[in-house]
Amino acid sequence: MGKDIKVYSADSSRKRIRPILRQMGRDLVLSKDLAWRLAVRDIRAMYRQSLLGVLWAVIIPLTNALVWILLRGTGIVAVDDTGVPYSVYVFSGTMLWAVFTESIQAPLQKSTAGKSILTKINFPREALIMSGIIQCAFNACIKAVLILGAMLLLGYPPNWTVFLLPLGIASLILAGTSVGLLLTPIGMLYTDIGRGIPVVMQFLMYATPVVFVMPTAGWISTVISYNPMTPLIVTARDWLTGLPPEFLNGYLLVNLTFLAMLLFGWLLYRASMPFLIERISS
Amino acid sequence: MAETLISVENVSKKFCRDLKRSLWYGVQDITTEILGVRRRTVNSLRKQEFWAVKGVNFTLKRGECLGLVGHNGAGKSTLLKMLSGLIKPDDGVISIKGRVGALIELGAGFNPVLTGRENVYVNGQILGFGRKDIDQKFDAIVEFAEIEEFIDMPVRNYSSGMKVRLGFAVAAQMEPDVLIIDEVLAVGDVGFRAKCLNTINEISRQAAVIFVSHTMPQVARISTKGLLMHKGQTQYYGNDIAKLIELYYGSFGNIEGTKTGSMRADLLDVKLFSGVNREVKNQLFKIAYLDELCIDMVFSADNSVRFLGLNVGFYDKELKAVAQTFSVNSALRIENKGQQMCVRATIPELSLNPGVYSVSVTITDERRGEILVYHHACKTFQVFGDFTGFTPVQYKADWELVDSH
Repeated sequence: MGKDIKVYSADSSRKRIRPILRQMGRDLVLSKDLAWRLAVRDIRAMYRQSLLGVLWAVIIPLTNALVWILLRGTGIVAVDDTGVPYSVYVFSGTMLWAVFTESIQAPLQKSTAGKSILTKINFPREALIMSGIIQCAFNACIKAVLILGAMLLLGYPPNWTVFLLPLGIASLILAGTSVGLLLTPIGMLYTDIGRGIPVVMQFLMYATPVVFVMPTAGWISTVISYNPMTPLIVTARDWLTGLPPEFLNGYLLVNLTFLAMLLFGWLLYRASMPFLIERISS
Repeated sequence: MAETLISVENVSKKFCRDLKRSLWYGVQDITTEILGVRRRTVNSLRKQEFWAVKGVNFTLKRGECLGLVGHNGAGKSTLLKMLSGLIKPDDGVISIKGRVGALIELGAGFNPVLTGRENVYVNGQILGFGRKDIDQKFDAIVEFAEIEEFIDMPVRNYSSGMKVRLGFAVAAQMEPDVLIIDEVLAVGDVGFRAKCLNTINEISRQAAVIFVSHTMPQVARISTKGLLMHKGQTQYYGNDIAKLIELYYGSFGNIEGTKTGSMRADLLDVKLFSGVNREVKNQLFKIAYLDELCIDMVFSADNSVRFLGLNVGFYDKELKAVAQTFSVNSALRIENKGQQMCVRATIPELSLNPGVYSVSVTITDERRGEILVYHHACKTFQVFGDFTGFTPVQYKADWELVDSH
């Protein structure tokens, strides 16, 4: 281990794909300890200087849900029958959507926050991404506990399929991380990406059955049915609420696609890191 | 025959002056990297670009220590960043064998949010050590760094000296094959610095060390090889450290200072000479260690001033005052004649450490101590000798063996 030779040159590293994959695997193993410590730190820091602490993990989806419950309750907007109590539907929808939103932002956020160490230490860069994933998973747990508690309170206890919920959440994090990773290199150069993500996510939320059921006709129904997020959100919610999952095939397909994207995003992230460091080093 | 651990061949790196453009070049570079096409622009500069490092070559074997010197912005740090794999060279090849320990910039190598203890473990693992190895070395690291009480505190609360201590301790105890140290030893107290230098010396027997410093005595003490960089290019590379240091000092040139004070006197000219050795225009005046130095000062003062005091201060290149001579402490009383006057100060044996110094002249009203004119760094000169010491003044002393009781 101590005697390996590192070669740095101007040549593109793409030609040596096999050793790169091996190196990626090794760095992933090397980074797990650092990732874990970073995640624990960040989670602790989340409530050290805050009164509401970990509650911030659920406040945004919670307010989103309340707005929609209010809109529907007062009859301002009409929402088709959701198959489950609307409050459960909208609650679970916004929570699951928030998991996706957080995980899409995590790679860029962690990389930007880690600028000072990125430009000074040669550590496995995977650690930053992994710490983001761990933190998203932690926040997702808080959200899951809250939804389950709310479901019990609302008199709608979940059935056995709820044990598949972690899988659904994992898919959402996978989707978010793979998209986030692809955006990170350009996002580290231009802050527009970081600012743009929340804006785009707002629109995307209404193109996904988060707060209302998929319409059966019209152009919006076409958009929603082609939206890759639809099977992920719907399947996760179906598992949570115990409804038969209606998009299982789509769910598998989308997961495989995101997995491939994750690998590509990871390669891109690694390859672009030296160039990013050179441009951002302050 | 010791094995070659570092080989740097014709390494170059471009930087861009303009941020917006630089970011766009970054996008281009990443794209070509991903597509795997050879960058067409490798050997040419794009708009607003310059060579931060150009065509640097060197090799370093186990047991050698390279002193890397140069002005700010000479490309030293850029070179080190390439060596530690943080950024890619635009041209040339770097190959490094073995475990690399790098201390780049103050307090780097540590994650500020983690505690000292966590950082030690994380860094050790990055260097390829198992948890058990680190457990074994942990006490030695903490002891070396002398920060037992603070080891469980987040590193961001450390003082700069503490960060350097811990950073150095980790790098030193992890038995690196290659150790890269960037100017970090400028911080920290004298005792610790001495300890570090000794340790670097020890490490360099089994490793290849690259050492960046602006403190020439440190360089002289531990380097076996030297590389002087100037504007990204190699100005000197070789084994003659004394020559390296002389070239480094020589590259400073004359710096004309500014005049301040109440201006009731004016310093018209200052001349340095030593015997027949006179100043030549646009050249650094050089004088040998222990030679006689004469300073002629031509001045005039306002009629309201009766007696004048002239002070000559010597400053090193970090602008620290290292020596002075004041006319008031001599037998001479300088009475203002109301016209242009010239005073000569002669220092019979100039015992300054070889290096570059600047001369500042102050003219005061002897009675009231008012500063009439102060000309900072009005002259620069170089002392040369066949040695370099640690302190600015190197006394000439008589050394002899005497009975031991």
